[in-house]
Parts: sequence; structure tokens; C-alpha cells
Amino acid sequence: MMYNYNLNVDMELVQQLECKAVEIRKMLCSFIYEIGMGHLGGELSVTDMAVALYYKYMTYDPKNPNWEKRDRLILSKGHCGETLYTIFSDLGMYTMEYMIEHFETLKTAKFGMHPNRKYVEGIEASTGSLGHGLSLATGLALGARMSKAPWRTFCIIGDGEIQEGSNWEAFMAAGHYKLGNLVAIVDKNGLQMSGSTKDTIDVDPLGDKIKAFGWDVIEIQGNDMYEVCNALQSLLPADPITRRRPICIISNTTKGQGVDFMENNCAWHGGGIAKAQLDEALVSIENCRKVR
Amino acid sequence: MAVETTFDFNQMLSSAREAYGVELMKMVDEGLDFAFTCSDNVASSTSTGKFMRKYPERCVNVGIAEANQVGISAGLALSGKIVFSQVFGPFLPLRAADQIHTDIAYNDVPVRLIGTHSGVTSGGGPTHNVIADLSFYRAVPNLTIVVPADANQCARVVRESMKYPGPMIIRIARGAEPDVYKNNDYEFTIGKAITIKEGKDLTLIGTGNSVHWSLMAAKELQEKGITARVIDMHTIKPFDTEAVLQAVKATGCVVTVEDQSINGGLGGAVAEVIAEAGILCKFKRIGLPDEFSVIGDPDEIYKYYGLDGHGIAETVTKLFF
Repeated sequence: MMYNYNLNVDMELVQQLECKAVEIRKMLCSFIYEIGMGHLGGELSVTDMAVALYYKYMTYDPKNPNWEKRDRLILSKGHCGETLYTIFSDLGMYTMEYMIEHFETLKTAKFGMHPNRKYVEGIEASTGSLGHGLSLATGLALGARMSKAPWRTFCIIGDGEIQEGSNWEAFMAAGHYKLGNLVAIVDKNGLQMSGSTKDTIDVDPLGDKIKAFGWDVIEIQGNDMYEVCNALQSLLPADPITRRRPICIISNTTKGQGVDFMENNCAWHGGGIAKAQLDEALVSIENCRKVR
Repeated sequence: MAVETTFDFNQMLSSAREAYGVELMKMVDEGLDFAFTCSDNVASSTSTGKFMRKYPERCVNVGIAEANQVGISAGLALSGKIVFSQVFGPFLPLRAADQIHTDIAYNDVPVRLIGTHSGVTSGGGPTHNVIADLSFYRAVPNLTIVVPADANQCARVVRESMKYPGPMIIRIARGAEPDVYKNNDYEFTIGKAITIKEGKDLTLIGTGNSVHWSLMAAKELQEKGITARVIDMHTIKPFDTEAVLQAVKATGCVVTVEDQSINGGLGGAVAEVIAEAGILCKFKRIGLPDEFSVIGDPDEIYKYYGLDGHGIAETVTKLFF
């Protein structure tokens, strides 16, 4: 199956989502400042994709996060949960104050650095240990097929995480079962905790590898909202019965995207942010706002 | 009420895998909804193989990839299914440890992992033994751990598990084990040990295939005038501490028997209960010692380590009588 990847994407929509991504990045940085811990590098790289999914391309109702017909999103790179929390907050599911009050506080904790599905409505699976998400997503997609349910499963994976062998077991199985209702998104920011993936264990040529496992691959600039929309708009309906190659979107991103002093700096993989840094970050994010 | 057990173990070998495969078919016929996943160890001639051929739409063969199998099973459960997952036991607890811990237990999903070939029953040498699983499972929150004493009990556990919301481990042996229970009408509740023989001199506590070894030992001890209470501790978690304490009070001597490392399994659990209750009693763990097993036919290995009825009776007599 070939994908029609050059579509007429509504530029007004692109612009709206870009504005939303700017807002979410600012809220996210403020949230991390308040709670004192996070993984801003990866959380900022995946923001555009997450915004496009939750605000436009996923079948999702924030007022009813357990709606049976919703699309499921598994965040395999669970350490970037705060991006989702921030989006949930903006969608009206939780107030920012509530999240701060309930963040890893012994007696009232609901929100953790790694998300727990039992505490946070909207989180589909408790993740954090890397290399688990794609197996879970494969199981969900198989479950949708068994139930003939038309929802889709998305799975966001980090590129450093791709080094975990369990991903390849899942790529193989999903390819074998031709799960056309499954979309894996690799947030490929090129950095892991202590350096570049290229210097650590090179994951490339990633697209060729995943294609060889029976998947269709779409490669995009994942911090370019036009390209993100183009890729997500090209997805065929998540028909549970029809067997076709699952889809992997390789989303080339920048770690720390939007905050100039964090970009491409693996020192910003994890940790907190000081007040002065926050102020600088908010200015930097605003300066990234695109004028179309 | 005394439970009727069989002492004629030679003629009644059954397979837990066969029994639960038959049960699964009955359950589908009754309209119960569940999914089934397996690794590459379900022969087409077995009842689970027949089940998969009859109901392919609810089955997934994940091949030789235990970590993925457990993850996929958790995903299926997240989609709303109760999932039975048969895994070749030797490669379940350690290869898929993180998936059991995180995907199944932490996510708290209704997956029933059926690990076959427990202990040294596979006879393939230490790479194909499962000696540390109970020690590991015991330390993982949310898991219910059941070790059926025979094939019929396994089928009952599978059916009973449909009512359970959380994850469960079902540990079974190779598939040619004696029936412990003569009839299948005894009272059975997950988490509640069964006293299958009364006795006043000591208590033998077994789990899974070691229940029938314990019964054999009790029979041999009886000939020497020593009467043993025998307990089928089919559930390792939640653990029936009351049954242990009653046994200690009634007999003052407890011996645990298991096809597992003596470190951290059934014996460990019983020892913890007794020690924390502050009761002084005679106590012995019988199981696989802290070494990689000798290689041989399983029955030979059990004899070698004194896990068969005779070996247990000898150890008990030497130590306590």
C-alpha cells in the first residue's frame, strides 16, 4: 500500500496547531519548574506530534477519556509523560494546580515522572521501563481486531529506546500480523541520556530496518507542523479486519526543540529548571512562533 | 471434611495443559469471552492446539519471543480482554521478568500466564529448568500465584480465574503428573490451602507436583507409625498463613516440599510465617538445593535430591524421629 503523502493540508489548521504547540511548550516548562523534575529535552521534541494527535488526528474526547471508541496512545518513552499531562490539563481534564499538588507527593501522588494508568485518566498504560510500549500497542491493535473495533493504536517510541531488543520482537510480530490499525511514531531526536544515538549504538538506517520488518515508513521533520499534519492526514482508516502493513512515522526532531539553550544538548535529558532559566525558555519559545 | 485423594499414582497420569485446553473450549462454548496467546510450544495434537484451530480469531501465536508475548498479552488485556497466555515455562519468569513486573503486574491487567514445565520436569538440563520463578513472583506486587496440584485442579483454576480482576501466574508441570484428587467435587478457593490428609506428628506442605510426593511420603511414614498432615498449598500468593499456623500448633513440626530452589519459594514463605509468629517448631525445607541441577531424567533428579516420597520420608525420619 502506498501512501499519498503530499496532501492538501489546511494551512489554517497547521497554524492553529503551531500556536497550540507554542502554548503547550510554555505550560510544560512552567510545570517542570513547579514540580522540579522532568525530561524536558524529549518532552519538547515530541510536543508537536503529541499536539497534532490530541487536538486533531486522534479520535478522542477529553470529557470521556475512557470512551470505548477512542484511539489509544501508548507513550513508550514514559519518561516524557509531562507532555501528555500538560496537554490533558489544557484539554480541561486536570487543572495545573491539581497536577502540581498531586505530583510525586507521598500522600497525594497521582502524577509521576513515569505515568501510571491507574492514577491518571487518559494514560492508557503505565510505562517507564523502555522497550515495552510497542508490544503493548501490538496487543491493543490485535485486541481491536479481535473485537472488530475501528479505533487505532498509536505508540510513541524514543530513538534511543529503539536499542532495546524487545522493540524488534514487536516490530516483527506487528509486521507479521499486518496490523494496519497500528501506527508507531519514533521521536528521533538523535540524542539519548549521555550522548548521540549515533555514537552510542547507531539505530540507522532506521527506516530501512523497519521496512524490512514488514512496515510502511513515512519519514518527516517532526518539529514542522505542516509535515506532521501531512503524515497523520495520510493515514488510511483504522479498519481492524483488513490486513495491511503497519505504519511507522519516523519523526526527525530536535531534543529540547523551541528552547535555544536546550536544543541538541543531552544535558537537558532530565532534571529541573531554575526560575531564570524558565524565564529565558519562555522567551525563546515565543521567539520560535512561526509567522506564516 | 476429609478430601479423598488417590494413592495409586502409577495408573493415573494426567496433563494440566490438556485439562485446561479442554476447559477453555468449554468456556468458549458457554459464551465466556477471552483471548489466548502462546509461544511456539503448543503442539497441534494437544487440546490447546485444537482450541487454537477451532477458535483462531481469539488466538495469537507470538513465536519464540517471551518478552513480546507477555507485552502483547498485556496490550490485549488493556483492550478489554481477559487473556490466557501459555508460555514454555523455562523462558517465562526470567526472559520476560520486566514485562511480568511492569506490563502485567504494575498495569494490573487480567492476564493469566500459564508457565509450563515447572521445576526440573522438562528434563532438559539447567537451561530448561525453572527453579527461581516462585522466588521472583513472590516479590512482585499484584500477582496471584497458583500452582495446581493436578490436572483437574488446573482446569478449576483456569475457570475460577475468570472472576479475578488482576494478573495471575499459573505454574504447571510437564504434563504427565499423577492425579492427587480422586474426585473433582472438593471445595476449592484460590488463596485457601487444602488439608488433604490429617496427621498429628508433622505437617508436610507441598505445592504443585510436590503435593503427591508429600502424600507418598506420608504413606511411607505411616508404615513407621508416624502420621503426617498433608497440605496442598496451591496458592503461593495470597498466602494462607492461617493454614500454616494451625499446622504448627497441631503438629509442632513442618516440612515444606517444592520443585523449586529452596531459596525464597514455598519453604521461604512458610518459614517467614512461622518466624514472624514467634513460634518455636521443628522445620525443614525440602527442594532443589542452591546449585544448578544435575542433568538426567526428571524422576531420577527428584530421587537424587530426595524430593520423591521415599526421599522425603527418609529426611523427615532422620531429622525428627
